[in-house]
Amino acid sequence: MDLLTRDLLRVATIGSVDDGKSTVIGRLLVDTRQLFDDQLEAVAHASARRGVGDLDLSFVTDGLRAEREQGITIDVAYRYAATPTRKFIIADCPGHVQYTRNMATGASTADLALMVLDVARGLKEQTRRHLCIAALLGVRAIVVAINKMDTVRWSQSAYSAAVDEVATAARELGIADVTCVPTSALLGDNVVAASLHTPWYVGPTILEALEGSDAGAWDSAEGARLPIQWVLRQPGGGRSYAGMVSGEPLAVGDRVTLLPAGISTTVTALRGPSGSRDAAPAGVAVDVELADDLDVSRGDLLAREPLPTVTRELRATVCWFGDEPLRAGARLRVKHTTRSTPAIVESVESRVDVERLEIEPADALATNDIGVVRLRTADPLVVDDYAQHRVTGGFILIDPVSNVTRAAGMVGDPGLAGATARP
Amino acid sequence: MTTIERRPTTLDHLEALESHAIYILREVVAECERPVLLFSGGKDSAVLLHLAVKAFAPGGLPFPVLHVDTGQNFPEVLDFRDEMVERTGARLIVASVQDAIDRGLVADPGPTGSRNRLQTTSLLGAIQEHGFDAAFGGARRDEDKARAKERILSFRDAFGQWDPRAQRPELWQLYQGRVNHGEHLRAFPLSDWTELDVWQYIARDRVALPSIYFAHHRDVLRRDGMWLAVNEFVAPRAGEAVERRLVRYRTVGDATCTGAVESSATTLDEVLAEVATATVSERGATRADDRFSETAMEDRKREGYF
Repeated sequence: MDLLTRDLLRVATIGSVDDGKSTVIGRLLVDTRQLFDDQLEAVAHASARRGVGDLDLSFVTDGLRAEREQGITIDVAYRYAATPTRKFIIADCPGHVQYTRNMATGASTADLALMVLDVARGLKEQTRRHLCIAALLGVRAIVVAINKMDTVRWSQSAYSAAVDEVATAARELGIADVTCVPTSALLGDNVVAASLHTPWYVGPTILEALEGSDAGAWDSAEGARLPIQWVLRQPGGGRSYAGMVSGEPLAVGDRVTLLPAGISTTVTALRGPSGSRDAAPAGVAVDVELADDLDVSRGDLLAREPLPTVTRELRATVCWFGDEPLRAGARLRVKHTTRSTPAIVESVESRVDVERLEIEPADALATNDIGVVRLRTADPLVVDDYAQHRVTGGFILIDPVSNVTRAAGMVGDPGLAGATARP
Repeated sequence: MTTIERRPTTLDHLEALESHAIYILREVVAECERPVLLFSGGKDSAVLLHLAVKAFAPGGLPFPVLHVDTGQNFPEVLDFRDEMVERTGARLIVASVQDAIDRGLVADPGPTGSRNRLQTTSLLGAIQEHGFDAAFGGARRDEDKARAKERILSFRDAFGQWDPRAQRPELWQLYQGRVNHGEHLRAFPLSDWTELDVWQYIARDRVALPSIYFAHHRDVLRRDGMWLAVNEFVAPRAGEAVERRLVRYRTVGDATCTGAVESSATTLDEVLAEVATATVSERGATRADDRFSETAMEDRKREGYF
């Protein structure tokens, strides 16, 4: 039997509570026969026990006791699906505002967002917040299930109104690749099987849109990057430096700069998980040997031009998950690539008004706010703008006492294409 | 030096999963003081150990290997454990459920009772005794709906408990290994692997496995809809007939609650074909411990189970 090797698309669901995200995913998995017989039986049994009909599709992903009791999603569920075209990792994210941190967890690794909105209720604030976070995290393609079409009697005008609303928000957020689909996840229309109720719709089903999307890795990143994770001792006294390649491929013979020290050297050997190789693209765990005997340790970074910036001052967009507001003077730890160092918030500059998708001046960020802050770090960081380079542009802020992650940070401006700064 | 042509290369899914797992192994070892790798002798932990060896080659493993021994093992699996320990040069720690019973920490369920759930006490005891702050496990998110919810680095409080309602955010691949004294992490490098991925990888990399994963003749009896091996821990009850059947195991756990499946698959290719067309889930087919209730795995995990 041939080994099936297919490309992998990471999808995160976004949208407000009760618009039907988990039901869309449940429908997608059931109708593409991804569930085993016993899993389907378990969902039917759980549905019957709670008197919610024959098969509550949301129970396919809402697996926690509390989720089933309340009929909501609390944390991300990861499901895996394979069709003849590609493999999918699906992160079914919660819609509640209090679980925004979990939504950001699911969306941070996504290539594509599957947004679900209730056609009758339109684009709610929480949906805008999710769309905004997904855009900031670099999700550049969205497939939108305009859901619960059965509740508006399959009205084309209701669908068009929702599509217009989505298009406006996506334009303001700079998301160019938008595919809308009229669905009823409850009844199964246009999720996997084409609907007979929407003769006026000629586009793809949700499954076809996911299979056809070319949203993939960030291939626009320039310059190879290798944040050093660990030093391996080689027989004979030499050392090699382990990490995961990001940006452009790294190759034997490449001139690289060790940062933050700023010393040039050459890659003389490169090994991946299966041994020596000439070059390794982004996403490969490697170890490399260098031409010069340098002091290299965890937290350092090898880069091929164009080089990143070495700095102790950061201007960054953050999603704040802490319970207390974030203000100037806050002391946190930053983890950026493989480097961790104390940081102080110098100032909070602005926050994003999620409802209007505008940037407004602010001096604090409340829980789940998105805004721009200035940070000062104890040790220098080696950064790229997040818009150019996800790995060297992203960081987290950690509470130094409880060790809980309090924020997702992205170096640079939020880059809301249509958003204008309000005075 | 020759110039290497640069062209965009995409990894196939096995390469991507393999590199991601190695990255996680290295990251946790760098961030934590005293990691340990949980090794059951099953296929997932065999793959995990294989990846750990790759992650730190040419050096040895920078952490010991912990086997939580229920005392109710398949002998082939114990042999495999010892062979792998010898081959990798790993330091083996055995946390014995029998020992916990002898010390009166847990009640003895009797010679044929399941000791599966008792493993939690022995596991948490070993973690505390050795001061481990991170434990690698081979659990996968496709195994169970509670595992589908768990972070790759999953926090445990001082009582070893998992709180599914208050998990730490986990952004990008910025895995955060900081814990306070007495707390620890579980790290799951195979989180995003499916059962089929694991078998494809075993086939690709020729990962060694215990023989019971391949079809063999065995005396079995039918109980709770599963074929249980008849041995010193499982004896026929009234009305249960012992039959000799051609079977293999899809998972390996405690001998009292791990069922065999009927199969004639004796080679990796045959097992792969079987896994690709299975209609019953891995745990559904083989684990009695998940049948107690709708949220059996969540309940055990909250207490500190694997």
